[in-house]
Amino acid sequence: MKRFFRANGAHRRIEGWPLVFTILTVVAILVGTVVEFAPIFLVGGAVQPLATLEPYTPLELAGRDVYIAEGCNNCHSQQVRPFQDEVMRYGPYSVAEEEVYETPHLWGSKRTGPDLARLGGKYPHLWHVRHMDNPRSTSPNSIMPPYPHMLTKPLDLDAIPGKMRGLRRLGIPYTDAQIAGASQSAQAQAREIAAEVESQGGPGQLADREITAVVAYLQRLGVDRARALDPDLDRAEPDVEAHEVEEVYDTMLDPGDEPPLLEPPVSEVPNPTTNLAP
Amino acid sequence: MSTPAAVATAAPAAESQSRFEVFTYDDQIVRWFVIATSIWGFVGMLVGALIALQLPFPEANLGEYLSFGRLRPLHTNAVIFAFAGNSIFAAIYYSTQRLCKARMFSDAMSKVHFWGWQAIIVSAAITLPMGFNTSKEYAELEWPIDIAIAVVWIVFAVNFFGTLWKRREKHMYVALWFYIATIVTVAVLHIGNSLALPVGLFKSYPIYKGTQDALVQWWYGHNAVAFFLTTPFLGLMYYFLPKAAERPVFSYRLSIVHFWSLVFIYIWAGPHHLQYTSVPEWAATLGMVFSVMLWMPSWGGMINGLFTLRGAWHKLRDSVVLKMFVVGITFYGMATFEGPALSVKTVNALSHYTDWNIAHVHSGALGWNGFMTFGMIYWLAPRLWRTPLWSQKLANWHFWIGTVGILLYVLAMYTSGITQGLMWRAYDDAGRLLYPDFVESVVQVIPMYWVRLIGGLMYLGGVVLMMVNLYKTIRKAPDELPDPAVAVPRLTGAGSPGGDGASGDGQSTPTPALA
Ligand code: HEC
Ligand code: HEM
Ligand code: HEM
Repeated sequence: MKRFFRANGAHRRIEGWPLVFTILTVVAILVGTVVEFAPIFLVGGAVQPLATLEPYTPLELAGRDVYIAEGCNNCHSQQVRPFQDEVMRYGPYSVAEEEVYETPHLWGSKRTGPDLARLGGKYPHLWHVRHMDNPRSTSPNSIMPPYPHMLTKPLDLDAIPGKMRGLRRLGIPYTDAQIAGASQSAQAQAREIAAEVESQGGPGQLADREITAVVAYLQRLGVDRARALDPDLDRAEPDVEAHEVEEVYDTMLDPGDEPPLLEPPVSEVPNPTTNLAP
Repeated sequence: MSTPAAVATAAPAAESQSRFEVFTYDDQIVRWFVIATSIWGFVGMLVGALIALQLPFPEANLGEYLSFGRLRPLHTNAVIFAFAGNSIFAAIYYSTQRLCKARMFSDAMSKVHFWGWQAIIVSAAITLPMGFNTSKEYAELEWPIDIAIAVVWIVFAVNFFGTLWKRREKHMYVALWFYIATIVTVAVLHIGNSLALPVGLFKSYPIYKGTQDALVQWWYGHNAVAFFLTTPFLGLMYYFLPKAAERPVFSYRLSIVHFWSLVFIYIWAGPHHLQYTSVPEWAATLGMVFSVMLWMPSWGGMINGLFTLRGAWHKLRDSVVLKMFVVGITFYGMATFEGPALSVKTVNALSHYTDWNIAHVHSGALGWNGFMTFGMIYWLAPRLWRTPLWSQKLANWHFWIGTVGILLYVLAMYTSGITQGLMWRAYDDAGRLLYPDFVESVVQVIPMYWVRLIGGLMYLGGVVLMMVNLYKTIRKAPDELPDPAVAVPRLTGAGSPGGDGASGDGQSTPTPALA
């Protein structure tokens, strides 16, 4: 060892060879990189999507891109950890199988606001419209920024098919028919949301505004995971499902007479289904 | 002054021409980087102060383009890549030339690097508020800018390695090891994490999905901390601290051990950002184990820095440069002690998602990156502009309000972080959540957000003092600032001049040209 460190020892010699030194440095950083990534990328296919997992609809995809552009992920996580308190507060903990179509992932690193991974169905559409317009109208002490421009900005539908084609190349299973019909599908879903907002007493004429895409995306969050846990939930009838999910929240959070309906205690063991072992 | 061997202001005598080589250092590029550092530092921290105001006072979200979600990435990119970035380039361009006894490989490349980097920063400052943003932390810039970053970085790398190749000093001093590690690793990380499929001029989707994307992102994110905010600053410390203290580095052996272990271990630690998420359990555990191991090499750097001052502590009284360095290195020690603790699963269960992270980040960023930068600038300014610093007193004020600012900032964030963590997991007697409404925890920490804002404004005030000082110093600089000329004995194939094995005990690294 001494020989290595001496003023004119072995290391001293390497210090005279920049190329060797650089190669050794690269090797040093690649060891950890390869050991950590090889299993995940080689065995990566072992993470099968949830049976109920479906790619975002064109409108939801547009909403997700608004979420990214606005940087909502700087304040909101989308990753429920397997702890009792988080499961009680938000809902079922996150699993790898529901993430396989997420690019980029939007887990976040900071909860200035609550986690949104299980948001779908928690509130009616109108609540979201009002909340995005001015968070303090629905949550008086909120510190969330207002996004009134979402109610006036036109929704850009033209970019959606190109985005879907790109995502298909990355492995998200969109069909040709879905891509070809993207605009119509988005418009139809937007009209449905806008009509519901109006029927709940909200502003009209929102069908071609950004806000419908955002609402569509927010209402989708966690729905596939909820359906995996309870196959009776039917995606085709979002309202029934929204109302059911809300009931679950109520029983969990409402301090009524009955003992709260808790999920079985979740210990601090990480989620077993994420293990890649065959 | 700081030039090695001999300074030749006049043309060397004819007879020595055979034995001596005369060349100049490019100091103009260093001056530019120093000025860019202070301007972008001010801008980045001003944005930091604005987002710090937006949290307790949401009315400060000024419309679509200046809301918190869009400005926060602007803050992080500006302070990391513009402020810390220009700072490490100043350090590298100044010290590499001296350590290699050679001018930078190519003046043209130096200029391309400088202007290219500033153009990238300006494009970030425009596109991020417009909402062009990948959402990946510290890699938010969209693909055209990512390509520009890669190109400019490669120019920088060629320029740097070209200088190593041209060097007139046989052995590379420890600062250069850290620069090498920085340059190659940042290139690997940036390219690896930014691979994406463009679907529009300013829109792309990463080629990774779900848990893979998360792992790649935090392999990058953590090592951006390691190889952008740590290794280049250690290189800076190894060059400028011994210079300012006029003492050789404490231990050569320690620098070897901690360099290689730091570089090897850091890269493994990324998954500690993903504890208890849906990434494979073994990866998160591996991240935790390596993070705990990382404590030792990190403290190796701290010890080598602080012990370099052995027998020179009295110099602290009159040297604002050394004061800045000592506080900077101390915060480095604290952040690298706290980091391994945060990686431990049980601690992370509480700290993750809370303001505790923000405290950790800023004790490293404000204490270590900020103060090392300021110390370097105060040391460089009189040398680059050939006139004494305009006001030592102002520099001392900078030191004190900066230090108090950091303390207010981090203490406020520790308090709010732990409050959040405890409130989120609090139960009542019946086993229900004590604070089922999330907003309760938000309201609780708002006073701390105000304290953080005051701390941040004090720190920013210090930066303003430094800018005034720098401006006044530059104003009284001589009109002509010729590149310093140096003469060194010609390197003849066999032995190398100077440096080599100067101290025979195998402990102290030969300090760069203390003569
Ligand atoms: C400054 C941080 C911040 C940003 C940025 C932010 N939010 Fe929020 N958000 C909050 C806070 C705090 C709350 C809790 C109070 C409330 O309900 O408004 C919240 C609550 C919410 C809720 C209600 C969640 C629930 O379960 O009650 C939704 C939905 C939401 N935000 C969506 C968004 C979207 C979409 C964006 C981006 C366009 C966004 N937020 C940006 C801080 C933020
Ligand atoms: C005047 C000084 C500064 C102020 C007031 C300030 C303020 C802030 C604020 C308010 C946030 C957002 C925190 C949150 O989301 O809750 C933040 C994040 C951040 N800041 Fe600063 N900042 C300052 C200086 C710096 C400097 C000098 C650096 C780096 C060199 C830095 C690096 C960061 C980073 C990396 C984050 C993101 C943290 C994370 O994602 O966990 N900041 N800062
Ligand atoms: C031994 C050294 C270090 C270790 C092991 C370490 C570990 C950690 C851990 C565990 C987290 C929290 C992850 C989470 O829960 O989300 C974190 C966050 C962070 N650390 Fe460190 N840290 C170290 C040193 C530093 C230093 C010196 C700096 C800055 C100069 C720094 C900057 C950051 C940043 C910017 C984040 C926030 C990342 C984000 O969530 O956006 N770290 N670190």
